[in-house]
Amino acid sequence: MPKEDFDCIVIGAGPAGSAAAYILAKNNLKVCLVEKGDFPGSKNLMGGVLYSRPTCDIIPDFYKEAPLERPIVEKQIWMMKSSSTLKFAFRDKDFSREPYNSFSVLRAKFDKWFADKVDEAGVYVIPKTTVTDLVKEGSAFVGIKTDRPDGDLRAKVIVLAEGGNPLLALKTGLCAPLDPKKVALSVKQILFLPEEKINERFNVGKEEGISIEMLGDITEGMVGTGFLYTNKNTISLGMGAIIADFVKQKIKPYELIERLKEHPSISPLIKDGVVREYAAHMIPEGGYNGIGQLYDDGILLVGDTLGLVNAIHGEGSNLAMISGKLAAETIVEAASKNDFSKSGLASYRQKLFDSLVVKDLHKYKDALAYFEGNQPTTDLYLDWLTSSAKEMLTVNGQTKKEKQKKIIKNLYKKRSRRKVIKDAFNLWRVFK
Amino acid sequence: MNLDDLLFTVSVKPDEEVHIKIKDQAVCRDKCKEQDRPCTYVCPARVYFFSEEEQKIIVSYERCLEDGACYVACPYDNIDWRFPRGGSGVSYKFG
Repeated sequence: MPKEDFDCIVIGAGPAGSAAAYILAKNNLKVCLVEKGDFPGSKNLMGGVLYSRPTCDIIPDFYKEAPLERPIVEKQIWMMKSSSTLKFAFRDKDFSREPYNSFSVLRAKFDKWFADKVDEAGVYVIPKTTVTDLVKEGSAFVGIKTDRPDGDLRAKVIVLAEGGNPLLALKTGLCAPLDPKKVALSVKQILFLPEEKINERFNVGKEEGISIEMLGDITEGMVGTGFLYTNKNTISLGMGAIIADFVKQKIKPYELIERLKEHPSISPLIKDGVVREYAAHMIPEGGYNGIGQLYDDGILLVGDTLGLVNAIHGEGSNLAMISGKLAAETIVEAASKNDFSKSGLASYRQKLFDSLVVKDLHKYKDALAYFEGNQPTTDLYLDWLTSSAKEMLTVNGQTKKEKQKKIIKNLYKKRSRRKVIKDAFNLWRVFK
Repeated sequence: MNLDDLLFTVSVKPDEEVHIKIKDQAVCRDKCKEQDRPCTYVCPARVYFFSEEEQKIIVSYERCLEDGACYVACPYDNIDWRFPRGGSGVSYKFG
């Protein structure tokens, strides 16, 4: 372990931590990045889609050298019942061209690359080291304790980027105990398929990928979604749902994903796919109302540790990077005044709240509460939409007018006219 | 695919030190009986198993994927959960 003191210790080599460390080093601060994994990225996980723009804001043209899977050219949303699927899709050629919109990525590879860039920028990267506690003097955080012999380190300021399982923040009271209603558990499988097979089955070119978000019966009544992303020669297939719902419904996560694989819309796509890896991760779903304490004397929190996840749009790594960047900019300013106290770091709040991170979370601030109380209603509408599609598309001698009447009658049989209007209003309010 | 086969695909370097402990087995045995002991089915790696014979939770910590859902789901905050020591535990190849 290094003997000297640092300007800043960053805990956790994910997108938030690496972004912060990179910018700090580029501003000539003495930084170390401590990571518990065997290598940076080895314990990191997401679906996952990485967005191009926020990454370019940190490392311009990163896509020319980073280990990415495929540019996402098409986004699909599937509404699923046990034996049918209603699909929406959007594809744009621009998404397959520079500067791209997003990429499917495998985080063990991408985060390792990112940490290597951080290392090249002059950061002391220390893997294989678990931070066991934060050291406080008076009210100020001044260093870390690690599980290495002589492994304690000191710094003027700490960036806490430990992800969605924030043990240190919990231990030091920087974040409140995690509420099972506001945290999701996500599981995924990496399925190997030859590249050409993926291209054929998903109707994409060599350097093109698609993302699919799935709603409906597949979550078996829980608030959650499924996802499928095409990588180069693997597929990321997974599902996530609120932990309290897993508890309530007594559903085993690994069985849920096995049932998804049997769905008639999924099984032909993944046929003969060989499982290469199984993984699980927690995701903070508290949204705007779940944003925790941002900073304290000598410390700033970023990324998933702060709860910066937009569950509606499936965004997290981009918000993590932006928060890491803003935390670094705050520290650079604080360093110029040599004031890392709470008041010296206070501009972080303004920066974060003025950014699209908090603005986007604010837009959907009521979404989780809405879905939490309304899963049966949401399922009712998804069910109605899929059966309506089936009704209209089935040619059986009934006139289209008769079918339309039947569809509307079906809806009002399930839900009164008054309630339908109210639901529509509520939905508009949440998404407006 | 069953869970054991799934876990076979994950590379885990178990820490020699146990990183998960049940704080009070009596709580799992008695109080949590009514809740059906959520850790035994929420955990995506089935680290927790209630042995009827021994009347206690058996913790197979070496299967752990370090997601942390167990301690969030535990109704009695009865799981002492830490990360395994640096470099050990789960190490994803894909992530």
